[in-house]
Amino acid sequence: MNITKNIHEWLFSLMPETTASIVEMVLIAVVYLAIFAVAGLYLVLLERRVAAWFQLRLGPNRVGYQGLLQTMADALKLVSKELTGTLKADKFLYNLAPYFVIVTALMAMSLFPFTKELHAFDINIGIFFLIAISSIGVIGILLAGWSSNNKFALIGAMRSGVQTISYELSVGLSLLTMVLMTGSLQLSQIVEVQEKGGWLIVQGHIPALIAFCIYMIAGTAETNRAPFDLVEAESELGAGFHTEYSGMKFAYFFLAEFINMFIIASIATTVFFGAYLSPFGITENIPLLGVFWFLGKTLLLIFLMMWFRWTFPRLRIDQLLVLEWKYLLPLNLMNLLLMALMVLLGLTIQF
Amino acid sequence: MDTTPIINNFKSEEYQINMGPQHPATHGVLRLLLTIDGEIIKKVEPDLGYIHRSIEKMCERDSYQQIVHLTDRMDYLSSHINNEAVCLTVENALELEIPERVKVIRTIIAELTRIASHTLWWGVMGMDVGALTTYFYGFRDREMINDIFEETCGARLTMNYNIPGGLMFDIHPNFVKRTKEFIAHFKTKLPEYDLLLSNNIIFRKRMEGIGILTKEDAISFGASGPVGRASGYSCDVRKHHSYSAYDKVKFNEVLKTEGDTYSRYQVRVLEMWESLSIIEQLIDNIPEGDFFAKTNAVIKLPEGEYYQKVETARGELGVYIVSTGTKNPYRMKFRSPGFSNLSLLNHIAVGGKIGDLVATMATLDLVIPDIDR
Amino acid sequence: MGLTKDYNTKIMTNEALQNLISLWIPELEFTEEKSQFLNITVPPEQLIPLMTQLKSNSETNFDYLFCLSGVDWGKELGVVYHLESTTHRHQLVVKVKTEDRENPTFDTVCKIWYTAEFHEREVFDFFGIQFTNHPNLKRLFMTEEWDGFPLRKDYVDEINMIIK
Repeated sequence: MNITKNIHEWLFSLMPETTASIVEMVLIAVVYLAIFAVAGLYLVLLERRVAAWFQLRLGPNRVGYQGLLQTMADALKLVSKELTGTLKADKFLYNLAPYFVIVTALMAMSLFPFTKELHAFDINIGIFFLIAISSIGVIGILLAGWSSNNKFALIGAMRSGVQTISYELSVGLSLLTMVLMTGSLQLSQIVEVQEKGGWLIVQGHIPALIAFCIYMIAGTAETNRAPFDLVEAESELGAGFHTEYSGMKFAYFFLAEFINMFIIASIATTVFFGAYLSPFGITENIPLLGVFWFLGKTLLLIFLMMWFRWTFPRLRIDQLLVLEWKYLLPLNLMNLLLMALMVLLGLTIQF
Repeated sequence: MDTTPIINNFKSEEYQINMGPQHPATHGVLRLLLTIDGEIIKKVEPDLGYIHRSIEKMCERDSYQQIVHLTDRMDYLSSHINNEAVCLTVENALELEIPERVKVIRTIIAELTRIASHTLWWGVMGMDVGALTTYFYGFRDREMINDIFEETCGARLTMNYNIPGGLMFDIHPNFVKRTKEFIAHFKTKLPEYDLLLSNNIIFRKRMEGIGILTKEDAISFGASGPVGRASGYSCDVRKHHSYSAYDKVKFNEVLKTEGDTYSRYQVRVLEMWESLSIIEQLIDNIPEGDFFAKTNAVIKLPEGEYYQKVETARGELGVYIVSTGTKNPYRMKFRSPGFSNLSLLNHIAVGGKIGDLVATMATLDLVIPDIDR
Repeated sequence: MGLTKDYNTKIMTNEALQNLISLWIPELEFTEEKSQFLNITVPPEQLIPLMTQLKSNSETNFDYLFCLSGVDWGKELGVVYHLESTTHRHQLVVKVKTEDRENPTFDTVCKIWYTAEFHEREVFDFFGIQFTNHPNLKRLFMTEEWDGFPLRKDYVDEINMIIK
């Protein structure tokens, strides 16, 4: 990437090294923030159009071409709205909660390799970092439910706590299954392995497929989306943990949900479907097309999650836990063993 | 060994929570005062009256023709059947001969109303358990029925198509054609309902075995309609106290014996098939003739007491009129199905989770204005 | 379905019912006039024995209370019970009246038919009729502080009621 290299060199020629690197970091952060705020908005639009498609209606199609500016207008409205709150809320925590949720969501974004070069933060414990970050988000939800002094919100928050802690295990274990094949937690390494030997879902065939299914189920649960949307459960709890939030604070929760969905899909893309790699290497000589492939795969997975949401009814809280602890977790552990055996015996498919 | 008793500093405490009057699951302005331990329901106490309009008191000052219009606003989803109940009571009291044509048309429209009500209920049922898509599927099919109604009597929901003595107008020339179109359409769509919701594993797991109502309790609580029939209690007024043209058609009374939430769901879905078959039997055989029987402009019921029950989409609607021979009823009482069905909510919801309560309540199919009147 | 039912079985005629019931409690008033059902008027103190007998006796077996309405007859206040048997399919109306308009009191039947609990609360709400031994006799539709009982004939509310 020439532009980034040029900016990098220009910055370092202009000021001392430490200042330059700080400025560079800030610049990257701002760019990422802007891109993903907008991306989140368009995911909302996508969801609305997809939902409309499933539900025999049109969806937003008036503001801008095919409703492209609809969510922009919504965001503007939310920004200009009054921030209401409950009188007896714990003010500090109440105000802190939305930032917790949105910040953790955005933090995770920095890790993904969109192309070989466009990779902001290639940490050597990449996968671990992602799991850790995504579980911090639940603290924000718990805070929101607790501090807004509303019983419905509290029930939602407690459900969220239970749910996230449970499904964290499955997300972690199914990713760990894949890590067995790559031997590294670093995302760039994981992609490299796939560049040499084909996408991991093909390499690992049966156990990888099982791991993918479990990952998608657990991932949907992690993002608190239907059929695991017990946290909000509009027919039971009104709006769940964000009952008492309005305006931009509500928008943060809302946006975070969609960015989290993007994160879950991105992790799946990176770990199972070869991140920016094109199928059969058809566009290997045009590296910039990697962004296209990455986003294409991610959107496909996001569509899958939307499909879940608009088809399935919601589970009950005890069924949710039974599903995780009695079915997914044992299956996952067995799958992990199977994968370990396969790697040991060299039964993976290599191209 | 340490023998000091373990002191549990964490006390578990029941707490109360208000579900409603503005809550998505109560479908209107019902307020439930829930006593909850964690997620488990300990007590459900309904608080009514948020939409009470005292229709019974208003009836005492209105003429019988006017009363028909008030009944639309009770169970607005089976408005035609409510109208029919009052009309039948008045007609029976006056011993009027009602033309066969009226009886058949009333029956067809009543069954269409039942389907319309059940499709809406089905959509809302799905929504209550978190499957939002069902809502739109239900409304798609209901819309066709509403269009038929609109063409025939000008209204889509509160129809006022009945008057004491017959119907307000004759049916629209398109009525038969469009009803047949609807039957053909709905027969392809009803299996879709099963595909989308009834056979969904999550849905089945959530609905089966919760909110169980035994037959004895169903009778004692005065449950009627699909709620009673799901418990194996044969309570179809159309069969037991036949009215209009129901004695001329063949249909089954859908009975289930489990009495749980899922069987209540099934009864309603199967009832839509039965309603379709009733309409099919009648739609080609609408007799020619008048669409009303002559009544006096001022209807005065002979002194006495009259009771008529009909089967609305929710169950047994009873109309009790005490007349002193004047143009107004002396006392008018509506025995609404929702009122009795609500009274058993506490009995079947206790011990379940909040999610169960919502699912159970959805299968009781409560319409709040019907309870509050 | 496989369930074939005969929907028109009525074992006892009104006359047979009257003969049977008058054996239990002699001082009942029977009438079939001006009503499609057999009407029994029972003194308040005999209400519970009669109702218990009507429900539990295998020949009558009135297990379904399908309507419970309060009526203000001007001089008297009363409650009308519409009963049906789900096995025999015969119907019956039981009436109970009192002239005490200040403090009308009857025994509750909600131990016999659960549905009566809500219906009696409604009657209490609109007619001010007390039901002894009722587990939860509170206003049902109206607010607790509402003054008067709206469905009584002597209720006056000049603001909210439109009299024609």
